[in-house]
Amino acid sequence: MKFQSQKVAWGFFATCMLLLSLQLIYGFIMGFARVGMDGLHQYIPFNAARATHTNLLVMWLLAGFMGAAYWIIPDECDRELAWPKLAWLQLVALVVTGVTAIIGFHLNWWEGRKFLEIPRPLDFLVVIDVLLFIGNIGWTVWKAEKKSTTSMVLFFGLLAAALLYLPGMLPTDNQTVDSFFRWWVVHLWVEGVWELIMGAILSYLLIKLTGVDREIIEKWLYVIVGFTFLSGVLGTGHHYYFIGTPKYWLMVGGIFSALEPLAFLGMAIYAFSMAKKGGRTHPNRVALLWTVGCAFMSFVGAGFLGFAHTLPQVNMYTHGTLVTAMHGHMAFWGAYAMLVLAIIAYAMPLLTGRKIYEKASAGFAFWTSNIGMTAMTLAFAVAGVSQVVLERRAGMEFLTVQKEIEVHFWGLILAACLFTLGIGAFVWDFIRYGMPNAPLKSGEARSVTPPEALPAATVARA
Amino acid sequence: MPMLSKSAAKAFFLGGTALTASVFLGLTWDTFQQLPARTNAAALSESAIRGKHLWEDNNCMGCHTLFGEGAYYAPELTKVYERRGPVFIRAQIKDPEKMYPGERKMTNYHFTDAQIDDLIAFFEWAGKVDLNGFPAKPTLGAAAQAAPLVAANRPAVFSQLCVTCHSLQGAGGTVGPALDGVGSKFDAAYLERWLKDPVAVKADSKMPKLPLDETQVTELVAFLSSQKKEGAQ
Repeated sequence: MKFQSQKVAWGFFATCMLLLSLQLIYGFIMGFARVGMDGLHQYIPFNAARATHTNLLVMWLLAGFMGAAYWIIPDECDRELAWPKLAWLQLVALVVTGVTAIIGFHLNWWEGRKFLEIPRPLDFLVVIDVLLFIGNIGWTVWKAEKKSTTSMVLFFGLLAAALLYLPGMLPTDNQTVDSFFRWWVVHLWVEGVWELIMGAILSYLLIKLTGVDREIIEKWLYVIVGFTFLSGVLGTGHHYYFIGTPKYWLMVGGIFSALEPLAFLGMAIYAFSMAKKGGRTHPNRVALLWTVGCAFMSFVGAGFLGFAHTLPQVNMYTHGTLVTAMHGHMAFWGAYAMLVLAIIAYAMPLLTGRKIYEKASAGFAFWTSNIGMTAMTLAFAVAGVSQVVLERRAGMEFLTVQKEIEVHFWGLILAACLFTLGIGAFVWDFIRYGMPNAPLKSGEARSVTPPEALPAATVARA
Repeated sequence: MPMLSKSAAKAFFLGGTALTASVFLGLTWDTFQQLPARTNAAALSESAIRGKHLWEDNNCMGCHTLFGEGAYYAPELTKVYERRGPVFIRAQIKDPEKMYPGERKMTNYHFTDAQIDDLIAFFEWAGKVDLNGFPAKPTLGAAAQAAPLVAANRPAVFSQLCVTCHSLQGAGGTVGPALDGVGSKFDAAYLERWLKDPVAVKADSKMPKLPLDETQVTELVAFLSSQKKEGAQ
């Protein structure tokens, strides 16, 4: 750790671990409800479990991005954060807002708008909170003498994400208009500006872990985010096929979303080739595993599985079925969950001075969670495709079909157990890392400070 | 790649983004010119608007889908007004567990009759929005052939209400027994008593007492009586 203020990242990462664990519990509640074990229905009906599950995801990913930014920006800008105390306050505010929203969901207080269920008054608190965050990061970048491409892409990605939250708050009485702008937030986040954040964090990790020249990595960063926006912005059209918007969106959305996998493929090739090219073997192999794994799984989940049902002819039948859940699970896992876990895996040894990454549990967490998520995706795929054929193609009743595909949800639950085992190992390792710079127990050795951190750290503390 | 410099890469990113963003904004502007006609905005009544907000305030999308958007735990509702009709929608919202006893649960929100009217108005409006052909008609198996087989005396209420739980000629729900040959099993008087109050005929019946009027009962009895065993072939 070069700068004391980077410690605040730990608070955000700990929040991630807590919310991720809770997210899994709500996933199980839904999985069991689908096989008929819905004993909690009275207290946690499916829509509450569902809103909690997805909003916890969004919340911990945002917390992860913020933690990543608070870690990366001082490092890249070579100075302390502008206002470290404000960052802590902003974390507390985020958690309080989030917890209030989740309690609200259980009391039927929400906006029934997929992924944006947070009740309107709390939306304003989120906006204020994110503005504080952007201000803190922005001021740090502004005051910095060197402005690296990575830090600029990260900052503008975060700023754009904050601005794109606003269209989701436009009031309307027309369901089509409602849906239209909801996708400005959701799609332009996950298939737009979040990929800027992802590209920047990946490029930071690759610079640190592979030792490849910064200029080369950052050049390719521009190429990849270039492809992302070239395809992703008009790719929004794949949400405008069947919601009441004009027919030309079928063509626009179809063509440009067919290009979207290219950006993800580029990201995967980029990570693999940089990892291969890197002459330096960084001791934290697990962090590199998460980094390269993130690029690969995002291609499979977001790129390939997204493309699998994005053509209008296919989407006519898969739209609104479990096929979407298949794509959604692996896309979010690959692109964003693994990204946050990668930066946590990289930063924790430096924050705490412990080398848990050497332990077997670190590799176990990576492989088990990935195999588990792959199996979950397959279970959703079989359930989803069966639903499409029986309900949409053969016209069987919804409930009849649901009973027919119930068995695949037992498969899903089993796969989710494996996934949970992997995440459990990751969280357990996080706990074992302990507090930032906590005093060491006897017998534990501090990790070697990476060579790139030495001179600046000496300067900063002097 | 010595040919591509970092500044060229940056220019590609900024230029490409500016280009696609302008096209996107242009299409958005055009879309909004077309939306009033495509969504039948003139027919969006006060009641339907209240229904939209009820839909939102209770997170109906957390289980159902509308325009194919939402969760996948409960049926798609875009065409529910056409498929089930207001009688079914009202009965279902009033007491969901009575309609599907022992099946997947829906929360009872204890809506007032006026609120249910609003929701029905909202569904009626939603069903008329031009969705570029979504949801597509099923093209495989029994469903594809169902249309020519439908008997002339099949009442509308049968196609909206009864098939929710019962099947006929392989099409319909599986919550209740299939109705093929029901006319050979029961006479008209029994069917009439049954439709008016199932529990009065058979105390342990799970079938709810449906809000049917006299004409609907008469039509249904005539239709069900005509479902003789040999007729099922």
